[in-house]
Amino acid sequence: MSANLSAILYLVSGVLFILALRGLSSPETSRQGNLFGIIGMVIAVTVTFLSVGNFSSGFIYVLIFLAIGGSIGAFIAYRIPMTAMPELVAGFHSLVGLAAVFVAISAFINPSAFNLGTPGNIKLASLIEMAIGAAVGAITFSGSVIAFLKLQGIMSGAPITFKGQHLLNALLLILIVILTIYLCSTQSSNLFWILIAISFLIGFLIIIPIGGADMPVVISMLNSYSGWAAAGIGFTLENTALIITGALVGSSGAILSYIMCKGMNRSFFNVILGGFGATDQTSQSQNKEQRPVKSGNADDAAFLMKNASSVIIVPGYGMAVAQAQHALREMVDTLKKNDIKVSYAIHPVAGRMPGHMNVLLAEANVPYDEVFELEEINNDFANADVAFVIGANDVTNPVAKTDPQSPIYGMPVLDVEKCKSVLFVKRSLSPGYAGIDNDLFYKENTLMLFADAKKMTEDITKNL
Amino acid sequence: MEIDPFIFRLSIFILSIFVGYYVVWSVTPSLHTPLMSVTNAISSVIIVGAIIAALSGSDGVVFSSSSIYGFLAIILAAVNIFGGFLVTQRMLAMYKKKKKDK
Repeated sequence: MSANLSAILYLVSGVLFILALRGLSSPETSRQGNLFGIIGMVIAVTVTFLSVGNFSSGFIYVLIFLAIGGSIGAFIAYRIPMTAMPELVAGFHSLVGLAAVFVAISAFINPSAFNLGTPGNIKLASLIEMAIGAAVGAITFSGSVIAFLKLQGIMSGAPITFKGQHLLNALLLILIVILTIYLCSTQSSNLFWILIAISFLIGFLIIIPIGGADMPVVISMLNSYSGWAAAGIGFTLENTALIITGALVGSSGAILSYIMCKGMNRSFFNVILGGFGATDQTSQSQNKEQRPVKSGNADDAAFLMKNASSVIIVPGYGMAVAQAQHALREMVDTLKKNDIKVSYAIHPVAGRMPGHMNVLLAEANVPYDEVFELEEINNDFANADVAFVIGANDVTNPVAKTDPQSPIYGMPVLDVEKCKSVLFVKRSLSPGYAGIDNDLFYKENTLMLFADAKKMTEDITKNL
Repeated sequence: MEIDPFIFRLSIFILSIFVGYYVVWSVTPSLHTPLMSVTNAISSVIIVGAIIAALSGSDGVVFSSSSIYGFLAIILAAVNIFGGFLVTQRMLAMYKKKKKDK
């Protein structure tokens, strides 16, 4: 296959990837978009086979390895529970990162296969691109592994910080730049290995200080890194499909990180420098006086909801932990039978990754046009009769609007307290992740329902 | 004077960042999780490099020191491609509109 034809086909596959992302602008077009993505991938792989043109025994092995990886991937995709999506995505990011490292290593050992020169005499530009691809890939890999371990609970979600951490990271980054420069002048393979090793170390070091609840930002950030790694390799291989995809994924991840940071009213650097949970201990102890709360049972809750004409549900990660989404939808079905208008309000950082709550609700057969984002629904709380907060906490805290001293001050929150009455399902009065008391608990119109989210929801349904 | 082909690739790269920027902002927030899984799948187009690397060995030697890395990368990327697209498909299939007659 001529080089020009394959270049054009790679471009086609890049365009199909753009359309795949474009499709996600609405659920109706999204499935078609995914199909475009698959076609783009098939084109890219086929063109590669044809342009290498080597259908010897190696080709058979390629197909075998492809089938092995593919069946593992397919198996995981069908088995994974939707609550575990954040772990899955973190795990997948690590694979992209490692694949980038492997391709870079292979290109370094055998540059002639990629038309990059001969070993020890690789073209300067290619060497730089290779080094960048390998370094970013390695950072993505080890960072994603740490993120995965934290999300799985294998590693504690608590931020791990030590003195001189930022200085060490900065020094290591400078070291990478110096190593790259030396690598270019000496072409030494030892330097290349050291470069990769240090990059692994950096990925590890930048993720350990980040707390468990900042994971939405971390996952988006690693998503972005995996894109830049792919783009770096794309430059090495002079492959348009890879360059386009890398740029798309890189900017996608960056935008998601930005949205997540905005949802928490924190700057990106604040998250990256980490240690959020640790800095807020002082404010936690100040607010220790006992204030009266009203608590109720499923019967009271059912009574309130039965007499309401509109109910807004505010789900949070706690709902997913309690696996209460199906019970919740059954409760909503009963409410709807009683001609009560129900909608769902989702905060941008609800769940453990961007859009996580939406997927969980969709899995429980909640129609997506009943689910609203913060800006869309926030004005409706004032007109609603009942807000049903299930598994969410900090994102409903009115303190974010009233108390400039609070660590979450300025964070956009759902105006739950404006509802005529608030039902708050929670196991205890313990503060949420941010370590601060929620003023909402003590409001006149709040009824606390102390129970497991799933059990409480089922009990309410029985009483309706 | 001739322009280095690198500049053309750089242009593609920069323009794609802008395309990505505008396309991703138009993605509805409720689909952000599928967005991440599908970007995951498409970034595994790095398999292109892995295939070239794996087939770089000569006819007699399938597994040379460089092609081994290619084969390993193929497995990793394939897990991602199949896993990423299929899990996205599975998620998107769950997004349903309200039934009219209810």
